[in-house]
Amino acid sequence: MLVKQISVFLENKSGRLAEVTRVLGDNNIDISALSIADTTDFGILRLIVNQPEKAEEILKNNDFTVSCTSVIAIAVPDRPGGLAGALDVLDRESIGIEYMYAFVGKHSQEALVILRVENPDKAIAALQNSRIRVLSSEEVYDL
Amino acid sequence: MQYWNQTYECMSREEMTRVQTDRLINTVKRVYHNVPFYREKMQKAGIEPSDIRSLEDLQKLPFTYKQDLRDTYPYGLFAVPLSEIVRIHASSGTTGRQTVVGYTRRDLDTWAEVMARTLTCAGGDKNSFIQIAYGYGLFTGGLGVHYGAERIGASVIPISGGNTKRQLQIMKDFGTTILACTPSYALYMAEEMEELGISRSDLKLKAGVFGAEPWSNGMRKQIEERLGIMAIDIYGLSEVIGPGVASECPYQCGMHIAEDHFIPEIINPETKEVLPPGSVGELVFTTITKEGLPLIRYRTRDLSSLNYEKCECGRTEVRMSKVTGRTDDMLIIRGVNVFPSQIESVLLELGETAPHYLLIIDRVGNLDTLEVWVEMTQNMFSDEVKCIEDIERKIRKELEGTLGISAKVKLVEPKTIERSEGKAKRVIDKRNI
Repeated sequence: MLVKQISVFLENKSGRLAEVTRVLGDNNIDISALSIADTTDFGILRLIVNQPEKAEEILKNNDFTVSCTSVIAIAVPDRPGGLAGALDVLDRESIGIEYMYAFVGKHSQEALVILRVENPDKAIAALQNSRIRVLSSEEVYDL
Repeated sequence: MQYWNQTYECMSREEMTRVQTDRLINTVKRVYHNVPFYREKMQKAGIEPSDIRSLEDLQKLPFTYKQDLRDTYPYGLFAVPLSEIVRIHASSGTTGRQTVVGYTRRDLDTWAEVMARTLTCAGGDKNSFIQIAYGYGLFTGGLGVHYGAERIGASVIPISGGNTKRQLQIMKDFGTTILACTPSYALYMAEEMEELGISRSDLKLKAGVFGAEPWSNGMRKQIEERLGIMAIDIYGLSEVIGPGVASECPYQCGMHIAEDHFIPEIINPETKEVLPPGSVGELVFTTITKEGLPLIRYRTRDLSSLNYEKCECGRTEVRMSKVTGRTDDMLIIRGVNVFPSQIESVLLELGETAPHYLLIIDRVGNLDTLEVWVEMTQNMFSDEVKCIEDIERKIRKELEGTLGISAKVKLVEPKTIERSEGKAKRVIDKRNI
């Protein structure tokens, strides 16, 4: 159920983001979701791609600092309160969320969200018990 | 012209040579018999104390290096029983090993004497109010100036460094006439003064004794204009004694060395040969009155030149030119000695960083800034901002602990710091000194 997310260290200087996406594009890697956390000096680009292992290797070969983290992808009803329902479940179980972001594209009547939590296995069990759809990794990479 | 000790400061060259020769012979005997390090070094060079009979013979003696002080850390070069030592100071050194210096009661007396000469050069006397904004503590700046100021009978304001607003308030309220600090701090104070609405006419300041870092004549002019004072350049290093080794007189044309205590030489740092007066080279000092830590031909690594012509002020003591640079990679940042290797060892000890770093030194609003660029590595990296910020904080804390000054840490992408064949370029000094 865990999805592999690629994180890339970026200095705050122009052209770096373009460089990452160009390298991935040239190697036929498809990005389905991304987010950037930024501070005054640096940023962390987080990516969900179709081939995480290949993407990691390619980026490393191009001198980027890369790490691979396990995250959860969930599908929530695309209506007001849809996301709140899922987050309530985690809150009841006292599972903290490090960060989250939404997918770029749309998936039928559902909105797709990436969650990075302290305890992914516990989170997945809690979400599934509450009938919230957790996407498999294959499903995510095929998006 | 005011002198503190006219006998020695205005002594004829013949007399000075006689004084120096006697004291040198005595010092060489003393270190030979009391310090195994010197005895072994001299024996290796095939020299007996009796071979040293004149100032020319000084050249026969081996040099002493900062490394020798580190290798014999902490007290290995002391020439008296530790019970005779009444004060210990230390200066920062590479890899956390400090350079320790010890003073006997008579050494402290000598120090006060030479510092009294310096302050008299700046017009100081018993009517002066001397505000000492050099740091007090292991650093020799604060206490060195302090005892000299007491010696001349001035009213001493031992405020130490920092808290600029309070410095200026006290300067105004207490009627400070002489300020002692680093030149960059003096200029910073001048700027703050304008901010706080304190004008030159609110102050009684007449002169400043500024040292512990390199500064230009352009900077002197700025300080003099903005504070309305005479800015005197002073020279000293803790190994030799601290501040008081040399000082400008009001003619501001080179720093008079207290030659009856310290014999200067200028050498070619590569060939080690002694250079004639006027040549620029490495300044070497032999202390001839110090008891606790006498130093024979100590390599300062500072570049300067010597001028033996008589000065208009009447002093006959040789004058050393402003220090124009270093023969090693030591940096002076906010008056603190910093070696790039110190930063390297901090990064290596943390174990998380590659030894690729770059130091960027700048002067912003007359205060030195140090930025350390460190390359990000795979094992330091995390997908969470707070983990990376923790690493930044850890590096910053370790650097501050080792260097004694604050530094900004910037993490950069791998392989963005320039690699070069041979000697790596680790330092970019943007300061225009």
